[in-house]
Amino acid sequence: MTLLAVERIKLFSTRSPWWCMALAIALTVGMASLIAANTGDQFPLNVAVTQSFTDFGMVVIMVMAALAATTEYRFGTIRATFLAVPSRTGALVAKATVVALLAGVVGEVVAFGSWGISKLIKPNVDLAINSTAEWRNVAGTGLVFMIAALLAVAVGILIRQTAGAVAILLVYTMLVENLIGLIPTLGQKIQRWLPFMHANNFRTADGAPVTDGPGAGSQLDFPFGPWGSLAYFAAIGVGLLVVALVVAKRRDA
Amino acid sequence: MIEAIGLTKRYGNTVAVDDLSFTVAPGRVTGFLGPNGAGKSTTMRMILGLDRPTSGKALIDGKPYAQLDRPLRTVGALLDAKWVHPNRSARAHLQWLAKSNGLPARRVEEVLEMVGLTAVAKRRAGGYSLGMAQRLGIAGALLGDPQVLLFDEPVNGLDPEGILWIRQFMQGLAAEGRTVLVSSHLLSEMALTAQDLVVIGKGKIISQSSTTEFIERATENSVLVRSPQASKLGPLLVDKGYTVRTDDDGSLSVTGATSDQVGDIAGANAVVLHELSPQRGSLEQAFMQLTGDSVEYHAEIGK
Repeated sequence: MTLLAVERIKLFSTRSPWWCMALAIALTVGMASLIAANTGDQFPLNVAVTQSFTDFGMVVIMVMAALAATTEYRFGTIRATFLAVPSRTGALVAKATVVALLAGVVGEVVAFGSWGISKLIKPNVDLAINSTAEWRNVAGTGLVFMIAALLAVAVGILIRQTAGAVAILLVYTMLVENLIGLIPTLGQKIQRWLPFMHANNFRTADGAPVTDGPGAGSQLDFPFGPWGSLAYFAAIGVGLLVVALVVAKRRDA
Repeated sequence: MIEAIGLTKRYGNTVAVDDLSFTVAPGRVTGFLGPNGAGKSTTMRMILGLDRPTSGKALIDGKPYAQLDRPLRTVGALLDAKWVHPNRSARAHLQWLAKSNGLPARRVEEVLEMVGLTAVAKRRAGGYSLGMAQRLGIAGALLGDPQVLLFDEPVNGLDPEGILWIRQFMQGLAAEGRTVLVSSHLLSEMALTAQDLVVIGKGKIISQSSTTEFIERATENSVLVRSPQASKLGPLLVDKGYTVRTDDDGSLSVTGATSDQVGDIAGANAVVLHELSPQRGSLEQAFMQLTGDSVEYHAEIGK
């Protein structure tokens, strides 16, 4: 508990996490309002559509999570941390936990905010969250954000440099996973095992088809159902964090 | 008490720290002296468990750093005053440190007061001058009221007032019975601050002794002799086993002998002297000589 409190003080005593959280929420909810305002007969609004741009918020939160690790290396505070808490694993697990919890909260705000603003803009459209698939799509966002944050903290610990870590995370989530699908025949076979595809599968499986946005195109033949996909995504996030912890323990600080 | 036992750090083929063994006693300021790149910082980081030694170990009160429970209560360290997030306030920085070792919030205010930063504790640490940053670092080191303190080049870049403050501060800490290890590349500074010296060069130990002993041993004592009969006196001194060098102006510089001995020889042989004066080398010269590049020299010292 002490270590969690330490990481909480560290995170909230600088401004960048606040900016990242505000940006994540504003960006996603803003995009959702634009979409909602422009839906109509040809492009009907539904619960899934309100959630099409939550990935934007997720990417911003991943940047925040990576920064939580890389700024410590950038400014040498990681050494101050390891002096105060020689058990590096404990200190880094606490950091990952605090960041992940925060990401989870932001994920819920982003999801329900996007849904809420759409409801406000188009009060006549039925946006009630009825089915379990719809609940998973909206409320599941927090879980996806949490795991994405764990993964980003792990990358931050491994790379140690802000520019490198952020570049890897952005290029991977925004481009690599989607573009791999363009490789003939092989592409989709690889894609069905990629982590963020599974994050999408968890949220959108068995739901209304998403016709636009980053959530689209998930017509892959996934090896798991939605919860299996979430477990797979979580396993990758936690696995990468374990690798990062082992590396950090061995490395000179 | 700090003990280094056969501490070695290798980066690929380069040996940064080579089989260092020394102890740092409580109640005294011990200077850790060596030129830049001698391995002082690496050694301190290994003592503090930040860097993993290739072989050997470092113990603090008989335990490796990693096994200390709430280590800030046992060891305080200032390795780099810049290890602070520039957008975090000094108070917040000390608060998380205090929290991590179960120290009360009141202790943060105490150490801020001690180093004179109370008035600026709310300001972001990135805006601090070097002197203020150094004080913040010292506040962090003192947070747990530790018995063992390590400072890496604490006076680097400070103005004379700051240097004096730190010097007196460290001596005060040692006077309270604490173990204080201070690294520096300046012998002149250490001569004023430290009672004991651990001297290293190229990662190897050169000497461990008291400061006065070290300076006496290190500074070359020679006798300057001016005489119209220098050419007669020179061979006489060489016969006695002293080393004699003839300078450009014809004066002799004799090492290994005291001025009394040179005077006696001159008198016994009826040599007229115009000058007979003992010379003392500067601390800097001595230090350069001891830690210079000459590998043979290191070997000689080791005997």
